[in-house]
Amino acid sequence: MLEIKNLHARIGDNEILKGLTLTIPAGEVHAIMGPNGSGKSTLSYVLSGKPDYEVTEGSATFNGQDILALAPEERAAAGVFLAFQYPIEIPGVANMQFLRSAMNAQKKARGEEEISTPDFLKLVRLKAPDLGITQDMLRRGVNVGFSGGEKKRNEILQMALLEPKLCILDETDSGLDIDALKVVAQGVNALRAPDRAMLVITHYQRLLDHIVPDVVHVMHKGRIVRSGGAELALELEESGYAAYGQDAA
Amino acid sequence: MNIPVRPARTPAEDAIAATLQARLAVAAGQGGLDGRMGELSADALEAFRAHGLPNRRVEEWKYTDLRAAVRAFPPLAGAPTAADEAEATRIALDVPHAARLLFVSGMLARGASDFAGLPAGVSALPLDAATAANDPLLDRIGSLPPDRYDGALALNTGFLGEGLVVKVEAGTKVAKPMHLAHVFPAGEAVAGFTRAVVVVGDGAELTLVESFTGREGVAYQANHAMELVVGDGATVNLVRLQEEGAAALHLGTLMVELGRAAKLDVFSLVQGAALSRHSVYGRFQGTGTNLGVRGATLLKGRQHADTTMFIDHAVAGCESRELFKTVLSDEAHGVFQGKIVVRRDAQKTDGRMMSQSLLLSDGAEMDNKPELEIFADDVQCGHGATVGTLDDKMLFYLRSRGLPLKEAERLLIQAFVGEAVEYVEDEALREVLIARMVAWLEKRAA
Repeated sequence: MLEIKNLHARIGDNEILKGLTLTIPAGEVHAIMGPNGSGKSTLSYVLSGKPDYEVTEGSATFNGQDILALAPEERAAAGVFLAFQYPIEIPGVANMQFLRSAMNAQKKARGEEEISTPDFLKLVRLKAPDLGITQDMLRRGVNVGFSGGEKKRNEILQMALLEPKLCILDETDSGLDIDALKVVAQGVNALRAPDRAMLVITHYQRLLDHIVPDVVHVMHKGRIVRSGGAELALELEESGYAAYGQDAA
Repeated sequence: MNIPVRPARTPAEDAIAATLQARLAVAAGQGGLDGRMGELSADALEAFRAHGLPNRRVEEWKYTDLRAAVRAFPPLAGAPTAADEAEATRIALDVPHAARLLFVSGMLARGASDFAGLPAGVSALPLDAATAANDPLLDRIGSLPPDRYDGALALNTGFLGEGLVVKVEAGTKVAKPMHLAHVFPAGEAVAGFTRAVVVVGDGAELTLVESFTGREGVAYQANHAMELVVGDGATVNLVRLQEEGAAALHLGTLMVELGRAAKLDVFSLVQGAALSRHSVYGRFQGTGTNLGVRGATLLKGRQHADTTMFIDHAVAGCESRELFKTVLSDEAHGVFQGKIVVRRDAQKTDGRMMSQSLLLSDGAEMDNKPELEIFADDVQCGHGATVGTLDDKMLFYLRSRGLPLKEAERLLIQAFVGEAVEYVEDEALREVLIARMVAWLEKRAA
């Protein structure tokens, strides 16, 4: 489903991804772990199309389509979704209005019919309570005045409504207490499906107790340096990332 | 030694002076313009001869040089034809449930105006009828002089003749908005001058809408001025929509005088005209008064819009709030000048002024000049001005959820101006304003 080959990307003069290769088949959940500064977040931004990054070499295809050639909104319509590490606050744009605009923009881009207001409200009422999203949070500006946990839950709500094909979760566990972590993990697990791939980026093994991955990759200095099963995460928890300091240097 | 240097008159200034002169001469042949109106017009001609059009040598007009911008002076409009009236009725702003009085190219269209729909306790008298009746409210014209000479206002006074005297009886609470619609429907450029005197009695309530629309592509010149007197304990909501044709010149002056414990909220939406200026002069006459002046300006192409305010806290214990949002795309030019003066006796004054602007292109330009002049020692006053662009992080966040760039921009711009619009209390009016802004944004996004 997602195929990344020898990807090189830079921001300004600073090359961050240095030949990353990664394949995620449909239906699988892959985790990327790695020390700070290894390029994990950069990978998520490059895949979702953040304008500051420049791809200098390599390719990334999603269902055979070159996603690097697409604008961020086109990637979203194709099914790419990034749950932000730091979701952005947008004062003056009501959360509900935002959710509905996003859904309809994607439907429009795919040539589908827009969702009606009653259907949309029904859908939100169905999905929001499980994630602890209140009516007040839906009325407020996007993420405005939300706690760290509320912001992350709001990301998962967006994911649940937009039903993307590739979910990229960038350090979704950061800043969450254990209860919030469970709510978020449940939300993510509910979305696991045979036609959906997930890329879970995390610094700690903790999240992977709740979202159990099929494959764990270790990223270091802009490349995948090791891959293995879920047990690899436990091993990293024991030994830390120190071992990767030398062999990738 | 100061030697005043006067540059040679421009052809437009010559034409204006000649037209003023001819108008006075014709009137003199008919026994002169009536009483006070004649005096005011004659004084204005003299002042115009001395000052000419406002230009960049005049501090208040530094960023809006009318002498340089106004190349010609079109003829004064005659009585509107039936076709003009029909077209004006078609393109005038529609405000639900309002009693609409219509000016066509600066002339009151009596037949097309809903005088019969005015609520009880509200009267509106055409200026000539008020003159014939020797209405004492006419003394209000020119009785609220700005501290300085204002060239745009002087021109309006020079061509005084068309307009309304509106009176709201003390204690009258009017729910139905009154709408003064100014439309320039004609295909030829004309100049039109209108004046309104609105006196709201003690304890009365009024919602007043002023709208300005006109034919696209015609370089007509609209000049409107209003004296608004808000009585003790009275409440007035004034909504102003300036959506003139993109080739037009619009000069607007609002002079307000606020009584004790009066409340006035002004909201002004500016989207039209090639060049426009809106001057607001506010003067507090009684304590416990609350004045809010807010607005949004959205410009594109090479449009130029200037909002200039002069708020005079002459007495103690009054509050003023000013919030202006400006959105500029292409090579548009926005100007905000705001001055709050707190006189020596105006203790416990609370005045806040803010101008925020959003530049959507490299070619856009905003000039901000906020000023405070405080002579009292126990006051709370503040002003601020910001100029920025759309936030890249917000844009990317919205786009990553599937919103096309233009739509993401539209949402953010709407949120930006929305902060000012939400102060419009009347929900139906707020909807009208938002609809006009959305129309502007959609046109831009297309």
